[in-house]
Amino acid sequence: MSEAMPAWAVVALPLVLAALTYSAAAMDAVFRTGDGLVAPLRECARLIVQQRRRTYMPDLLLVRIGVISLPAAALLAAMVIPIDGRGVWDLSVGVVWFNAMEVVAWASLWLTGWGVNSVFPLVGGYRFLAQGLAYELPHMFALITAGLAAGSLDFGEVAAAQDGLWFVVWMPVAFAVYLLSALAMTFWGPLGHPVAGDLAGGVAAELSGPDRLLFFAGRFALLTVAAAAAVPLFLGGGAGPWLPGWAWSLIKTYAVLALLVWVRGRFPVIRMDRFMDVAWMVLIPATLLQALVVGIVVVS
Amino acid sequence: METVAVWVLAVAAVGFGVAVFVVDSMARATFALLASFLCVGVELLLLDLDYLGVLVILMMIMEMLIMAVFMIMYMMNPGGLMPMTMVHNNRGALAISIGVFTALAAGIFLTPWPPRRGTVPADPTFSVGQAIMGPKMLVMMVIGIAILATMIASVVLATDRGRYDRPSHREDGAK
Amino acid sequence: MNLEVFLLLAAALFSVGLYGALSQQSIVMLMMGLELMINALLVAGAAFWFYVSPGTPDGQVLVLVAVTVMALEMAMGFAVITALFRTRDVDMTDEAGHLKG
Repeated sequence: MSEAMPAWAVVALPLVLAALTYSAAAMDAVFRTGDGLVAPLRECARLIVQQRRRTYMPDLLLVRIGVISLPAAALLAAMVIPIDGRGVWDLSVGVVWFNAMEVVAWASLWLTGWGVNSVFPLVGGYRFLAQGLAYELPHMFALITAGLAAGSLDFGEVAAAQDGLWFVVWMPVAFAVYLLSALAMTFWGPLGHPVAGDLAGGVAAELSGPDRLLFFAGRFALLTVAAAAAVPLFLGGGAGPWLPGWAWSLIKTYAVLALLVWVRGRFPVIRMDRFMDVAWMVLIPATLLQALVVGIVVVS
Repeated sequence: METVAVWVLAVAAVGFGVAVFVVDSMARATFALLASFLCVGVELLLLDLDYLGVLVILMMIMEMLIMAVFMIMYMMNPGGLMPMTMVHNNRGALAISIGVFTALAAGIFLTPWPPRRGTVPADPTFSVGQAIMGPKMLVMMVIGIAILATMIASVVLATDRGRYDRPSHREDGAK
Repeated sequence: MNLEVFLLLAAALFSVGLYGALSQQSIVMLMMGLELMINALLVAGAAFWFYVSPGTPDGQVLVLVAVTVMALEMAMGFAVITALFRTRDVDMTDEAGHLKG
């Protein structure tokens, strides 16, 4: 930790994350359902006052832990992402910490699916575990490739190492796999099998009221954080002409976030076992070859 | 401040470890074990071992979730809906473990530990990476082969196909 | 905050894990006891690295090996349980004693 954490940054981080999460939800409302920009606010108000519906003999402790840990994981992951060169928490292994916090989503979904004591959420939870095993290795290899090219696991240094050439230009496979795994980690769009319609809403089927609000807000927050992390990893951080670093970071985050949100209305849901096939047979060799190419370039 | 954190995390880790064998619900037992591991991971972070601490947190969350899947599969009281203890030789095991703890504690306080040699490097992650790629390359190779052997052995053990059975047909395009 | 505190934590975790490994009837719970014991090893290895010789990376390599061993032992343990269950329909240690006597 080279410099002390400014106190206002710790307070500002949840607010910034909340603002970005709201804009992701608003983009989803505009792109997909055509409800308008204020629709997420109406949905928030509706869910806060809705009465909680309880199932028969749930494991309430596990449900609460599952529902609360999803937005908490997003907030903890956002602590290492740099805006203007330095994140709130200057961890030297920020990339691994980001990976660890998004794995907390596995625990959240399984706990929520198990705790409500109902069949469809349980099946959704198991689907997410299977999908998690599938996407995790390609995701880790994509992160390792970016760290390998920068020679560091610190987000700030990875962003700074893209001075001459952005990583997305010479490791496109890693960037594509990262975006795919961002979809998978937030069970969004084509990889939303755990919350799909054939399970009547899957993991979130029995959630209502404030639980549902926290769960889906956490999902949008995790999507936002994944988009924000793509910027220092592959898109050069805050680099750009005329505007200051933090403005460029925000613009790039919005661009990636818009792309990720737009994907939901465009592609059908992929069945999780077919995705496992593709992940193990195609994505892992592809990311390994990408890492090999990057390694050769770095060593020579 | 750090001393307080170390003590709180230590008590929490041991408490969660005891809770693993005390709670009725198997799902809660698995997540109590995960909580114990997370406390140990944060303790490693407090010991300036950034990479290893975050690695323990990352890997243990994934492993405990896989263990949760197997627990639900094989254990008879996953929801904890009825009180149950399934132990054998409870008093003997308690006696042995308390005896081992007192012996270890006596050894800890009576052994003259050597003084500190050297200082914490500026980047412990870099030093461990350099070590396993350089002087300790043998460790890396052995671990790699052990992982490969485990992957092959566990798939062979867990598949339900016998030696002479034909592979099952692909039915209408899906396995 | 010194070496003895961390080693005491390691000893406590080891003893709790030993109790679990010795007393539990179900094979999966026994494995959780083993995991706790390796957990103790992690703490002890890290404490020795920090307080006795932080200049060399030997302690860190030990912790890395212990984490890997934990993952491998879990994978092999579950594969063995699955195979055992398929052939003998048991998942308790008491009933899996065919090699006895």
